[in-house]
Amino acid sequence: MDNIAGTKSSLVWTVNLSVVALVLLWTIPTFGLLVSSFRDRDQITTSGWWQSLFPSEQNIVYRIGDADTQRPEGAGFVIDGNVFGDGTGEVNAFGITSREPTAFAPGDVADMGDGVTATVQEDGTYAVTSPVAFEGRSPRLFITSVTPPRFTLENYDRVLFAEGLGRAFLNTMTVTIPATVIPILIAAFAAYALAWMEFPGRALLIAGVVGLLVVPLQLSLIPLLKLHNTLGIAGEYLGVWLAHSGFGLPLAIYLLRNYMVGLPREIIESARVDGATDFQIFIKIILPLSFPALASFAIFQFLWTWNDLLVAIVFLGNSEDTLVMTGVMKELLGSRGGDWEILAASAFVSIFVPLVVFFAMQKYLVRGLLAGSVK
Amino acid sequence: MATATIVIGVAGCVFYFFMSNIVLDSIFPPRGANAGRNILRAGLIRPWLFLMPAIILLTVYLVYPVFVSVWLSFHDSNGQNFVGADNYLWLVNDPKFRESLWNNFMWLLVVPAGSTFFGLIAAALTDRIRWGNFAKAMIFMPMAISFVGASVIWKFIYDYRGDGQAEVGMLNAIVVALGGEPQTWLSQIPTNSFLLMVVLIWIQTGFAMVILSAALRGIPEETIEAAILDGASPLQIFTKIKVPQIWGTIAVVWTTITITVLKVFDIVLAMTNGQWGTQVLANLMFDWMFRGNDTGRASAIAIVIMLTVTPIMIWNIRNARKEMR
Repeated sequence: MDNIAGTKSSLVWTVNLSVVALVLLWTIPTFGLLVSSFRDRDQITTSGWWQSLFPSEQNIVYRIGDADTQRPEGAGFVIDGNVFGDGTGEVNAFGITSREPTAFAPGDVADMGDGVTATVQEDGTYAVTSPVAFEGRSPRLFITSVTPPRFTLENYDRVLFAEGLGRAFLNTMTVTIPATVIPILIAAFAAYALAWMEFPGRALLIAGVVGLLVVPLQLSLIPLLKLHNTLGIAGEYLGVWLAHSGFGLPLAIYLLRNYMVGLPREIIESARVDGATDFQIFIKIILPLSFPALASFAIFQFLWTWNDLLVAIVFLGNSEDTLVMTGVMKELLGSRGGDWEILAASAFVSIFVPLVVFFAMQKYLVRGLLAGSVK
Repeated sequence: MATATIVIGVAGCVFYFFMSNIVLDSIFPPRGANAGRNILRAGLIRPWLFLMPAIILLTVYLVYPVFVSVWLSFHDSNGQNFVGADNYLWLVNDPKFRESLWNNFMWLLVVPAGSTFFGLIAAALTDRIRWGNFAKAMIFMPMAISFVGASVIWKFIYDYRGDGQAEVGMLNAIVVALGGEPQTWLSQIPTNSFLLMVVLIWIQTGFAMVILSAALRGIPEETIEAAILDGASPLQIFTKIKVPQIWGTIAVVWTTITITVLKVFDIVLAMTNGQWGTQVLANLMFDWMFRGNDTGRASAIAIVIMLTVTPIMIWNIRNARKEMR
């Protein structure tokens, strides 16, 4: 459409800039969390992720070593150490009261009264001296420091191994794979029957499938949980697979039937004339030809089951052994609402697989969407 | 262990289809003296072999629960005693239910409209530029992210620190940069509900864009050429020529998103858990099911959700039947 007469260059610019704005709006939220997932825990809480490439300024309140770490020096006593502990940093300024936390430059000597003096060097080493021995609670120092940007994989290490997300990843896989394959198999057979076999009640069944497309999941939860309890498959993977298969079937049958109906009649007729049974026709001709539709639905169902929270927590329960990733994340949001390094890393562990599938198979996903709703 | 269960689950399914068909073919062999009659007889039975698992699953998981839910909604908290319409009467008088109903109504107004609007704009704009496919992929991407994942992403944006600390949430950082006071966004009524809706709009826009973009490309070129010859501006072409031709598709996108909205649950659960006036029907139902332990009330809420979807269901079935003829 670029070359249509009457297109002005100012319009081209507006269009391009608007799309840039849209794309930024749609990607920045995710990008911000992605950056945060690699940042150091302390830095996340002291500066926004957009400042992550610059050194961050931190305010530390540091209580100097106890009275029993003091040692005599010259005529008095001294307590010394490093305000960063084992870490590193650069002191910009320090102070001895909370009202003036930046009163002194590094290297200055601050007078704390009664002959007590404190000094902090740029590298964080400090020394507090006193003419008489220190007693009771030791004084505090107020440090303004600058830490260089730090990126780390620690957050991922922690969520995968300490927070139980690694286990949850496997659980999610165990739920997702059969919950994707089983409905495809079942739906493919059913779709073939509804598309190419003659039998009484066919139209009614198709209408039924279309109607079931929109039945809300919520309606099924209580009755099915009761049923699963009676059958003894509540909290078992089998129960979740069946539930996901049942909920995914209407869309699967609908998509696959629409596709199969469009296949050329001659192929199927000639195979029948050659004496093939419907089972052979289905396995050898229809299934391979329907690959695009099968792939479309497979992606849908995969994304849906991988990302699902409701079905998993209802039918698998909240126990640690079977909790899926979305479940872990929901718990973390509740219990560690402010620990963004944990939340960010968990989110990306769970988003990673669907994103890869999404970008690798986008063509089929789009095709499936079009077949499923433009009709 | 997990792999073993996976293999058993999938293999069991394959086994059924192969075995049942082999058995059928051995009872009515499609060759020999009675080949013709056998093929006919097998043909009467085979559709049902193909359909059996699907019919059983659909019946057990989608049809049967509708009836049980209706039954449960007329019974007390553990489904023992018949209580008539008590649960529904309670619903009507419950402030939380009214709040949920109102919120669901707002979600229904805002989210489909927002997603369709942004989707339409994105579709129209990205079709005109060279890097449109890349832009589309980026806007479409949130579709792959779980609702819970999206909740984490957006909760980070709405984060509030306060107490003079640096704001690490983007929204508050922008507010502060513009000279405002940081806010606790998620607990402020009624803004918070709209902030939750933003998350769903963000997810669903890509879907709307993909469908509408295909529809826009399907518009006959002649109509557009004619409009250009008549001197229509690009904006006029879009609003007066293109959009009217894809009303059908817009309606489909709208209803599809509407269905998603009616079932919205994860976002509210993960971000506010229905506190601060953000409750919605699906989460209220979940609440009464697990925390309230009251199957009667929970089922009554589920029935209300079902009733709101029913018009769309009937419309869908009608359309499908029209197509079949």
